Amino acid sequence: MASELSILGRLQESQPGKGRPARPSIVQVEHPAVSTRNVNARYGSFLALRDVSISAPQGEITAIIGPSGCGKSTLLRSLNRINDLIPSFSLEGEVMLGDQNVYASEVDVASLRRRVGMLFQRPAPFPMSIYDNVVYSLRLDGRQSRGKLDEAVERCLQQTALWDEVKDRLKASATGLSGGQQQRLCLARTLAAGSDVILMDEPCAALDPISTLRIEELMRELRGKVTIIIVTHNLQQAARVSDYTAFMLMGEGRAGELVELGKTDEMFKDPVDKRTEDYITGRFG
Amino acid sequence: MTQLAVGTPGFRNRPALRRRRAKSAVLVGLLIAAVVVAVGVLAWVLIYVAIQGLGALNLGFLTQTPPGNPAAAGGGFYNGIVGSLIIVGIAALIGIPLGIGAAIYLVEYGRGRLADTIRFFNDVLIGIPTIVTGAFIYAIWVTRFGFSGFAGSLALAIVMLPLVTRTTEEMLRLVPNELREGSLALGATRSQTVMRVSIPTALPGIITGAMLAVARAMGETAPLLLTALGNDLFTEYNPAKRMSTLSLQIFDNAVTGFQEGQGRAWAGALTLIAIVLIFTIVARLFGRRVRTSNA
Repeated sequence: MASELSILGRLQESQPGKGRPARPSIVQVEHPAVSTRNVNARYGSFLALRDVSISAPQGEITAIIGPSGCGKSTLLRSLNRINDLIPSFSLEGEVMLGDQNVYASEVDVASLRRRVGMLFQRPAPFPMSIYDNVVYSLRLDGRQSRGKLDEAVERCLQQTALWDEVKDRLKASATGLSGGQQQRLCLARTLAAGSDVILMDEPCAALDPISTLRIEELMRELRGKVTIIIVTHNLQQAARVSDYTAFMLMGEGRAGELVELGKTDEMFKDPVDKRTEDYITGRFG
Repeated sequence: MTQLAVGTPGFRNRPALRRRRAKSAVLVGLLIAAVVVAVGVLAWVLIYVAIQGLGALNLGFLTQTPPGNPAAAGGGFYNGIVGSLIIVGIAALIGIPLGIGAAIYLVEYGRGRLADTIRFFNDVLIGIPTIVTGAFIYAIWVTRFGFSGFAGSLALAIVMLPLVTRTTEEMLRLVPNELREGSLALGATRSQTVMRVSIPTALPGIITGAMLAVARAMGETAPLLLTALGNDLFTEYNPAKRMSTLSLQIFDNAVTGFQEGQGRAWAGALTLIAIVLIFTIVARLFGRRVRTSNA
């Protein structure tokens, strides 16, 4: 936990209220893997996101933090259009995957979601075998050769450090795994789909500390290969794993707004906005 | 600071606590009584039917048609067993897929006014007395094409449909939304999600619901009086002709007033219960196997 202590140490150095850093509070990266431009999102007439523009760099980990109800999950769930399932949901602005607007009419939502995978708060493996869970997305395209499926199962379970734990019981039901194993299986399932962006909606909220650490290790191992965007309530987690952090708050009319976006170490050491500082030093939220 | 020692008599016997304990004991007692009465009545029915029915139940009963004279001994309900299986079989083939389909629509696709309206009418349909269903089929089918086993199947399909819809709907609603989102997030389409995740997850419950509907249809008599009519002369295998069923034969023989006829009615009742029981057990085993092989 040395890194955590040093962050806390640096926080105390940064004398609240004195000189504010000169950089802007919102820094967008060049050539992001995922970005939003002036997104307004609504549930019915309720405005849940106001004018949110974020960018998540390729192959790195971006954390979205902020108090409950600030629109973190709404933002995340807009990125792979899983919020389309909610009938009253509507969105203005652009959500870009590379240089493709994912809300454009010609976009096939199923293919989009395969590229942009998602991990949920509660691990939810399908009530099938471990093997069938991993190859679920591959079988959606019709029958596949045994060899191809076997290869994918071993590769993805290796990548999620599950292989040694489950290789002798691939045919056993996935619901018999522990919570942490289930979440890693869900991650393996997403990797098998070939996702190069993975959205994580508080993936460790239902896990014990050891399982949480394992997920975080996996996230760091995946760095460089996939782009990860993680919503978390856990500030230490954001500080531990992420390269960039977006801080959101409820603004006027309880609409979620982006307050600050930048490199994680800079933001935690030296927040630009007073509200960010109050939040990360635990003064509210 | 005052010490609250849990074991001291003063603490245990506080009047408020005593009252709460007494209330709790009374409530538990009432619940146990309810269970005893409910299970007891069921056991009583089963045992009584078994005792009464076993006397007349033999191989002949399962392989012969009834004697021409209801007062005569011997004969059996073979034609009724065949009729019940054929009529309920056809009814199940119509009613179960339709019911499951309607439920899938309601849960997985339906939203808003239309779905609410369908759900409302489905609930109304559950409550319609089955004699009314029989009269309806009589009016629209039998008056044109005559009495037939198939007309009976139509009536029973209408009886089964809302039951299947309702239970399947409940079972699909129990499928956690996380599973659906998980499937969609992996790039599955809606229908793939329904076929590969929702239905397999809910399958044991769906099968149980379908079997309850089959059991209900097996025992229905009133709608068959107006549709299949009955036929005790010979064993009819053609559902286009009038047919007997176990339930009709139980009814006919029970109301004869002759001891031999009533004995056959008891044996028929026992046979009916046995058939439903076998179906339910087979369906359960099948459901479990499908689930584990898939799972």
